[in-house]
Amino acid sequence: MTLGLINANPVVHAKKERVARTEDPHGDDAVDPLEIYDILLLILILLDIRDPEHPYSLEQLSVLSEESITVDEKLGRILITFTPTIQHCSMATVIGLCLRVKLKECFPPHFKVDIKVAPGSHADEESVNKLLNDKERVAAALENPNLRQLVDECLYSNEL
Amino acid sequence: MELLDANLELKEIQKLQGHTDRVWSLAWNPATSAADVPSVFASCSGDKTVRIWEQSPSTRSWDCKAVLEETHTRTVRSCAWSPSGKLLATASFDATTAIWENVGGDFECVSTLEGHENEVKSVSWNASGSLLVTCGRDKTVWIWEVMPGNEFECIQVLQGHTQDVKMVRWHPTMDILFSCSYDNTIKVWWSEDDDGDWSCVQTLGESNHGHSSTVWSLDFNAKGDKLVTCSDDLTLKIWEADIPRMQSGDGYAPWNHLCTLSGYHDRTIFSVHWSREGIIASGAADDAVRLFAQSKDGSMNGPSYQLLLKKEKAHDMDINSVQWCPGEKRLLASASDDGTIKVWELATLS
Repeated sequence: MTLGLINANPVVHAKKERVARTEDPHGDDAVDPLEIYDILLLILILLDIRDPEHPYSLEQLSVLSEESITVDEKLGRILITFTPTIQHCSMATVIGLCLRVKLKECFPPHFKVDIKVAPGSHADEESVNKLLNDKERVAAALENPNLRQLVDECLYSNEL
Repeated sequence: MELLDANLELKEIQKLQGHTDRVWSLAWNPATSAADVPSVFASCSGDKTVRIWEQSPSTRSWDCKAVLEETHTRTVRSCAWSPSGKLLATASFDATTAIWENVGGDFECVSTLEGHENEVKSVSWNASGSLLVTCGRDKTVWIWEVMPGNEFECIQVLQGHTQDVKMVRWHPTMDILFSCSYDNTIKVWWSEDDDGDWSCVQTLGESNHGHSSTVWSLDFNAKGDKLVTCSDDLTLKIWEADIPRMQSGDGYAPWNHLCTLSGYHDRTIFSVHWSREGIIASGAADDAVRLFAQSKDGSMNGPSYQLLLKKEKAHDMDINSVQWCPGEKRLLASASDDGTIKVWELATLS
């Protein structure tokens, strides 16, 4: 709790604003055009996700960066590419799951999200990508309490 | 076919809300939809429940007649009515398949099929209602015999797929089994003798014009001599087989690729369903419903199919299931990640 109060970094502040926006049921347009500001907020939030194995954020470990996130507002699509720390990273799928959960929280539901490992960055690139983009597998994985706990630790440990 | 010349539209008849999570699948009760019998369908969801929807004869609108809850402990992924319409099978991520019976308006769980190691993804009854089949992430397909007193006995576990099996379906007239998978293939299973062993008699894979990514769903035309499959590779594929030859007892007749419908979808196609009249409906991750029908003029290479109409933004999120109503009217139901079900009517524009 104390950490949360002392940690007056912009990410906490930004996240609150972001949630308020998406919860607005009386938005003017069916598709709210995202401004650059919102995209940067999302990036800050994603970059702050804790790596499953190390006490550092995905940004600190260069797993994710501003350049690895592409948003097409017109089509309502988001593409995220992330770079696992090592070629045989077994946590690649967990990182992908964390990204999915966070994106679902922060982005309007009609946005379509594709998550991939950066080309050449993982030994099982194709199979990891296939798994991360199979929503049935993702849904089932998140129903697994052990996996869900790990994901929650990565996403919310900063708030503890 | 006069459909090709007509100006068609998919009219939204009703939007059904109630589920509190994504709706994965729905199934029309085959016994209803007759002239005076109100049409009924079941839907299943990530909220762990199954809902039964019935059309009111007076208001003509569908109301939720029952919520089947507190049985499955995880997502209910698919449901299927027995051919008589008396039983409903529900497949769940909790690794079980429940069998429900309508006892005077109340649905009771009369049996629970266990065996799969993890998530069960699909369930299907054969044409006579004597066999049930299930499949799941454990890569297996289980065949169950329906015994008296709502007892079910597993008669065989089929292995062959190398990955998660997404859907299983019995052929509409013969006891031939089809399964499709995350391993990109469709497998055909058959038992030559009545009491014999089932085995994989054909695999429709990339090497014989098959899909290049997960195959999510499949369906047959009314005659049962054509098959349509849909995939994460963004295509629909149509296959055909010499079913009359098989029906005359001449051994297994293999399925051959007829054509591939590509360039129409730009995101995963989750569901495909063939109406009695021959219209193929697809539901995809771009929130749209598309209808296809066979073209009048085929070519030397065989019949071709064309897009009849595309309903954009049919839902606010991915469409997981599209199912034609078995009755007389051209009704289509769709289920979505947005938690709603919509009933549509295919009408000609006046």
